[in-house]
Amino acid sequence: MFIPHSDSDKSEMLKKIGLERIEDLFQDVPEKHRFPDLNLPEAVSEMEALQNLKDLAEVNFSTEDMLCFLGAGAYNHYVPAAVDSIITRGEFLTAYTPYQPEVSQGTLQAIFEYQSLIAALTGMEVSNASHYDGATAAAEACVLAYHHFRGKRNKFVISKGLHPHYRQTIQTYFQGYEKLRIVGYENEIPLPDDDDLLEMVDSDTAIVYVQYPDFFGRVRDFSKFVEQVHEKGALVAISVNPIALGMLKPPGEFGADIVTGEGQPLGIPLSFGGPYLGIFATQKQYVRKLAGRLVGETVDKEGRKGYVLTLTAREQHIRREKATSNICTNQGLIALAATVYLSLLGKHGLKQVAKLNFDKAHYAASQFDQLADFEVVTGGPFFNEFVLKCPMPVEEINALLLDYDILGGYDLSRDYPELENHMLVAVTEALTKDEIDYFVNSLQEVCHG
Amino acid sequence: MGEATIFEISSPGRIGVKFPKSDVPSFELPSELERKDLPLPEVAELDVVRHFTRLSKLNYSIDSGFYPLGSCTMKYNPRINEVTARLAGFSKTHPFQPVDTVQGNLALMYELQQWLAEISGFTGVTLQPAAGAHGEYVGVMAIRAYHDDRGDKKRTKMIIPDSAHGTNPASSSMSGFDVVHCVTDERGNVDIESLKSVCDDTIAGLMLTNPNTLGLFEQGISEVIEIVHQAGGLVYGDGANLNALLGIVRPGDLGIDIMHFNLHKTFSTPHGGGGPGSGPVGVANHLVDFLPCPVVAILEPASGDFPPFYGFMEPAKSIGRMKAFYGHFGMMVRAYTYISMYGKEGLRQIAEGAVLNANYLMALVSDHYKLAYQRICMHEFVVEGHWPNAPEVHALDISKRLMDYNFHPPTNYFPLIVPEALMIEPTETENKETLEKFADALIKIADEAVNEPQLLKDAPHNTPIGRLDEVKAAKDLVLCCWIPETET
Repeated sequence: MFIPHSDSDKSEMLKKIGLERIEDLFQDVPEKHRFPDLNLPEAVSEMEALQNLKDLAEVNFSTEDMLCFLGAGAYNHYVPAAVDSIITRGEFLTAYTPYQPEVSQGTLQAIFEYQSLIAALTGMEVSNASHYDGATAAAEACVLAYHHFRGKRNKFVISKGLHPHYRQTIQTYFQGYEKLRIVGYENEIPLPDDDDLLEMVDSDTAIVYVQYPDFFGRVRDFSKFVEQVHEKGALVAISVNPIALGMLKPPGEFGADIVTGEGQPLGIPLSFGGPYLGIFATQKQYVRKLAGRLVGETVDKEGRKGYVLTLTAREQHIRREKATSNICTNQGLIALAATVYLSLLGKHGLKQVAKLNFDKAHYAASQFDQLADFEVVTGGPFFNEFVLKCPMPVEEINALLLDYDILGGYDLSRDYPELENHMLVAVTEALTKDEIDYFVNSLQEVCHG
Repeated sequence: MGEATIFEISSPGRIGVKFPKSDVPSFELPSELERKDLPLPEVAELDVVRHFTRLSKLNYSIDSGFYPLGSCTMKYNPRINEVTARLAGFSKTHPFQPVDTVQGNLALMYELQQWLAEISGFTGVTLQPAAGAHGEYVGVMAIRAYHDDRGDKKRTKMIIPDSAHGTNPASSSMSGFDVVHCVTDERGNVDIESLKSVCDDTIAGLMLTNPNTLGLFEQGISEVIEIVHQAGGLVYGDGANLNALLGIVRPGDLGIDIMHFNLHKTFSTPHGGGGPGSGPVGVANHLVDFLPCPVVAILEPASGDFPPFYGFMEPAKSIGRMKAFYGHFGMMVRAYTYISMYGKEGLRQIAEGAVLNANYLMALVSDHYKLAYQRICMHEFVVEGHWPNAPEVHALDISKRLMDYNFHPPTNYFPLIVPEALMIEPTETENKETLEKFADALIKIADEAVNEPQLLKDAPHNTPIGRLDEVKAAKDLVLCCWIPETET
């Protein structure tokens, strides 16, 4: 299988080492704990393993079995076939972090192109090579801001429109910081207004975090907002959905200091929540405080253009306890998938797919608008998600919708108790008009059941 | 000639994928929110496929050759893992689906938690951390939470041996601990006196890598753990080197309190050019309540013909959420596949093969390279890449020259306590002949270093590109392709 040694190989090797038995290699291990019996199943062949895994997979209902109206930070988009075909090439799949640039130019140039595509998409000057996901990227943005002010500003103002998991992750990352206050958690009805955050921003504020489109799907121009935060000297970070930027004004134009986001919509399978891709872009002035890997262009002795990991002096393996982030392995292969996806769609495709999402979501909302028992709570512009007030609890609706082979929208009362009966509906290009109509009708039927 | 960037091969009007025409009316976005310019490339599908195929050929990978990068466990990544992770039932499930529609995922996660716990001798496991360093962060926060919960607020220091991975001190300081060091003795173990001298009632714990980064099993492991526990501290195990211990010894049995796993090292999930990894964390009984949330649990036990009903649970004193959703599920499927194919007896063969290979390779080169420590090694060993009679040659030159022999270099200049370190980890999936060829190359290079040092200084000679100017990269800081100005 995966271990090639024959018995004769083993005995020849042991002889060269000067030992008699394999067990002799482990004489430093405390004897009473050596060679434990493991209570695990017996080994299976590849054929049996595949069957076992298929059996497990078949217990699930997937978005192949159901129409997916669920988003809330992970979206069911079409992934072009070429994406997977490229990322499964062994040369990309089975390489490590490109520490040796002479034999890693493929990975390095791909990351360099990823950085370029993300900078272009977000309208920012610099992108790193990726973070784990949208949540950890947001937490690292707060780390950057905290250290930017050398720990002297001890307040983070965080919008309720930032994904609940991202807010929770920020809380976790900073639990050891006793002086730090994280504000912006007040309950607001019907939906929070980010302008209300401005009055919390003061000279102790390190960072203000908003999301675009926000967790409720809404989009707005943050230019004035950013200006007002900057007057107080704080940094502004905006978490984005990269597909939306195919048609929306990029956050760089708002004057954002940091742009993070979940890169999953860019050709990454849902895969029950991961692995995804943490987007992290910023302005050049913060580049030395940026966590994670960076690839830069340079030349070799002959003057040929090439790429290397650069500014490594910021990183943990050099700075050790003086490093502000411990990140090492990031999301290389997933960043590659996003690079291939963005290359395939390009200028026209990404705009088209964004517009399809936008139109289909608005079509769905317009259909609900005509129904007496439902209310589209989202006022103003939104992208591919909107908040729908339903006549009964969302959890109950969703359980019933399963019989219609529909995966209903996100139950907002899970994170916002005041939003009882509010469903966050996501509509992507993967759905047709007929399927949207079927969803609208089914939802109506279920609620009147 | 290098490969042009995707922006350079762009030509107006091209597109690489076509989407269906819209079947709904068009809606208006307020014009102030409209994007005026989207400076992305315009390329056809074949352009994209050729571009990335050509790029891929500039990479060295496990699939193309021997990759003895110490501390990284570059073992073969079984292809079946890629098949199982892509089964639609797994890859097309949404993280917020109702739990009764994802019982297969939850069963897999639950079982993997149990298996990892059994393999390592721990009580509880979280699968949430995204990578080893992320797992370490969980570890140090759990240690803090444990002491805080006992009202023990004075523990502000974390002990880190001088041979530790760089992520250990970074994780500790990120969580607000002061780092104190202890040194390594002449046998390559933690120096007991040095450890004792920093142990008092202000230490929160010790972050220990075992086998350590010298590739050596900590001979005084029981005593080390005892000393830290006596001082009221906890012992964190860096599980990066677990490959050497599978079926050999369980870290939990040794008294380690908490440890991360690297699924992308020990359990064969691909490294992908630098991720995604996966860094589950295992804990002993007294830390189970502090695990990040959520963990997978059985909500209703099996009864009659019905399997157990799985769901998510929040540990009582959880440190909180470490990332969105539940971790790198796709990596869990791969690791699950891998472990199931080795089973209860097979895992030990992994460690035996890895340790046998490392010792064999060490024996083949030990007459030509100075060993940092003369002992049986575990899954890796460290040599000094330097000779008194070739003073101008450094470890880096040896690494670069190895590329000319079509090998990936070992890890360079780590651990920091060995001068000119070359850290070599062959893994169990390499055969005897490959190790012999690699040893031959190393021996030839040792000879070249004395007789033709310039050959090493100028290396590599046969790679797509020569040694790159890293100073220029950091000084000029070009981090982005030239992005064409496009008309609106």
